[in-house]
Amino acid sequence: MTVAEVFQEISAADFFYRNRDIAGFTSPSRSIYSTIRELVENSLDACETGGIPPDIYVRLSHESGPLDGPGVYDLRIEDNGIGVPGDVIPSAFGQVLYGSKYKLRQTRGTFGLGGKMALLYGQITTHGEAQISSSTNPKQKITEIGLRTDIQHNKPVVLKKKTRPNSSHWKGTIIEFKTEADYSRAMPRILEYFKQTAIIVPYANLTFVDPRGRLYHFTRGTTVVPPAPTETSPHPYGVDVETVQRMLKLTTAKTLQEFLRKSFQRIGDTTARNFLEYAGFHIEEGPSKRKRKLSKKEAERRDPKNLSAADIVRLVNAMKSYEHFLSPDPTSLSPLGADLLATGIKKELEITDEDVQNGSAFIATLQRKPATYSGFPFIIEVGIASGKQIETQGKILLFRFANKIPLLFDEASDVSWKVVDQIDWRSYKVIPGETPLAIFIHVCSTKIPYKTVGKEFIADRPEVEHEILNAIREASRNLRIYLSRREHLAQEKRRVDVFEKYLPKMAQFSTKLSRAKKEPDIKPLLKGLIKYGVEEGEEEPQ
Amino acid sequence: MVSKKEKKSRSKGVVKERKDHVLSSLEQLGGQVYDQLAKKEFPTVKMPSRSIANIIYDDKTRQYILGKRNVKRSARNVRHIRPFTQLLWTAMFTDELTGQNKTSTLRDVFYSAQAYEMDFQDQQESDSLITDLETVTGFSREDFNVFPEERSAIFGDLTIEYTVPGYEGRTLNLASHPDGVMIGPALTTSEFVRPDKKKVDKVIAIEKGGLFTRFIEERVHQRFNAVLIHTAGQAPRATRFLLRRLNQELDLPVYIFTDGDPWGMHIAMVIISGSANAAHLRELNTPDAIWGGVWATDIVDYKLPSDPLTDLDLKRLNELEKDPRYAGGLWQREIDTFRKVRKKSEQEAFSRYGLTYIVDEYLPKKLKLKSNES
Repeated sequence: MTVAEVFQEISAADFFYRNRDIAGFTSPSRSIYSTIRELVENSLDACETGGIPPDIYVRLSHESGPLDGPGVYDLRIEDNGIGVPGDVIPSAFGQVLYGSKYKLRQTRGTFGLGGKMALLYGQITTHGEAQISSSTNPKQKITEIGLRTDIQHNKPVVLKKKTRPNSSHWKGTIIEFKTEADYSRAMPRILEYFKQTAIIVPYANLTFVDPRGRLYHFTRGTTVVPPAPTETSPHPYGVDVETVQRMLKLTTAKTLQEFLRKSFQRIGDTTARNFLEYAGFHIEEGPSKRKRKLSKKEAERRDPKNLSAADIVRLVNAMKSYEHFLSPDPTSLSPLGADLLATGIKKELEITDEDVQNGSAFIATLQRKPATYSGFPFIIEVGIASGKQIETQGKILLFRFANKIPLLFDEASDVSWKVVDQIDWRSYKVIPGETPLAIFIHVCSTKIPYKTVGKEFIADRPEVEHEILNAIREASRNLRIYLSRREHLAQEKRRVDVFEKYLPKMAQFSTKLSRAKKEPDIKPLLKGLIKYGVEEGEEEPQ
Repeated sequence: MVSKKEKKSRSKGVVKERKDHVLSSLEQLGGQVYDQLAKKEFPTVKMPSRSIANIIYDDKTRQYILGKRNVKRSARNVRHIRPFTQLLWTAMFTDELTGQNKTSTLRDVFYSAQAYEMDFQDQQESDSLITDLETVTGFSREDFNVFPEERSAIFGDLTIEYTVPGYEGRTLNLASHPDGVMIGPALTTSEFVRPDKKKVDKVIAIEKGGLFTRFIEERVHQRFNAVLIHTAGQAPRATRFLLRRLNQELDLPVYIFTDGDPWGMHIAMVIISGSANAAHLRELNTPDAIWGGVWATDIVDYKLPSDPLTDLDLKRLNELEKDPRYAGGLWQREIDTFRKVRKKSEQEAFSRYGLTYIVDEYLPKKLKLKSNES
């Protein structure tokens, strides 16, 4: 074996193929779940970017192989998003790490990697190709492309390409391809994924036709789409040496001070100067004297591109310790908002406004102010619901979301669970496992602090933990009042139940004992009790 | 109560008369609730309070009785309606039992209730409802044909006449079986055939089974014209009631022989003065019964083999000393002596002087006692 063979360079596509485990493609059942999830999320992103209420249609049909094990399936996903221009389609769907960007904003996936992995996995397991149709403009033709990825070279291979008339003025993207899947095992997760997505994206219509021909439809509860997040530059707290190095390579700034101002958020001239002084770098003259022409040598000395490796490390370390940067800009976040979150929860738990008004169900949602951890802004949104619509399953139900994605695995390792677990629920009159209680926690951030690459649970960063705890506490404030009232009503009902059980028996026994012929009429007595008893219409006997 | 005239002929009829009282008391309870319901009122029932504060010692009857305080059970009260209904069920159940001359145990009551969805939480709850019924009506559970599992025995030349179904009118001489006859529902509900005074003139109640058997073997019943009763420790209520009947209906003096310790002394006292637990009931005690021994002074006088009193024994003595039932001279003297000698002896201790010593020497002396006064 030669050294060259050992250290052969592998393409990005090859790398992800070889390491598909980390992207959630471990087994045929896990893979189909990840595939659907990644593509649905891409579709949702494509709609939200254009402010369009999403209509997503997913169809999974069985092609060959056993129904109760791994087999070949055909997957079709349609959306009404902004579409992909025809000339970009090959790279967008057939080249891993295409269009990587160093700007930050809240999106569901990172670098759009997952969707490509899904297509790649389908190609590898079935040797099939992907059919992509897209339109970016209702007045223009639809582009249809048949595509594969050349894995070794990470290049898209276009097998056929044509355009057809867009008579229905459609805009959006359709992806269809074959892939290996084990639907019988993945089904519960996939259905749960759709249900929870319908909560956190309440403005979407979601349709899923499963291989058994069953149709699951989740109707939107509103057409309000939250504003798309803006792109921002990184915050100095959130960069590492490697990132700064890359940024320096790309920058057009002539001085370090200008570089800071242009490439980072929340840094103006004053902050840049103060920071550089703090960090011990040479500070250039103020803007008024800058017109003076610089000598070539002087310009070279000043050029931030020429910063030594040691200086870059010094710069980044100083960024971490400097305390006077402004907080990261939260406009790059796209939280749902308290109203939309309530809409989603009520819709999928089937809690009506009437239930809430008459006190038979409880819901509280709120959004915390933006906060930061390690230079990344984040916002916590929390919803709390109680009512007979919720099946307790012996514990408090926790629904976790990150950037509008439901997190379904590894609940017990998640920071949200840790917080929920440490709250003394009894002080809110909650009996864990008995009181029907559902808690919804949505973490929005430009960088979700996932604990592992599996991206299923969030690490317990103290700042995030603190925010979640405060959010739950705040949302639970009225829960105690609601539950006390429920308890009171339940007591009233139990009280009336006792009379309804025993008074007829008293009549029966006393009739027999006294050798009377007819039982006394006890209805007036029972009626009198209910007058100041149960208030809920449904429980009141006639 | 029974008139003098009836007493002279036979005691027959006493049992039947009592049964009629029992049944009418139950009917009365039912009628009271029925009338209130018919008037569209929440039924209430009053009964004497059984709380400790309301249990007082009555010098006249020489037993514990309930004081004047009453409790009211109201069906309007959510905490009362369940036990109140249970009380009515219990009344209905025992009404059927008594009417059909069937008997039942406390355990039966517990299970029978479940057929009426009158679920009792546990045996204790159903037992306490029986006690409620006793309190409301003033009759004891044995009157309602509810018997506990505990059984004691009787032996002697006394003839009884059964009233239980299938045996009505049949008679049995209680000396016909050498082990004695079990004191169960059939015997408790039997009428006495008035015995010949020359053959039977006293009752001897014995705590221990071994001694009861010894007495039969030694023909104590013939030598001393006695009916022998084995209490098997603390006498069951049915046995206490039977002792009272023998004493009151047949004018037979009752002698009690127990172990010589605080506990044995109290077995005798409960027969004489009743228990606090049964303060709501009358006619379970025999005020004129005599505790024959074993006294603390007997331990000294007869130099009986003995064991030292334990801390528990001494503690019990302290309690008994303050108990109003023990106010009499003999009782205080014996408590003092126990304390002084710090000893206790079982009835069998007399065997030290030979197996027949207790019958030949000790018993004749004790049977000369006329009362525990003096």
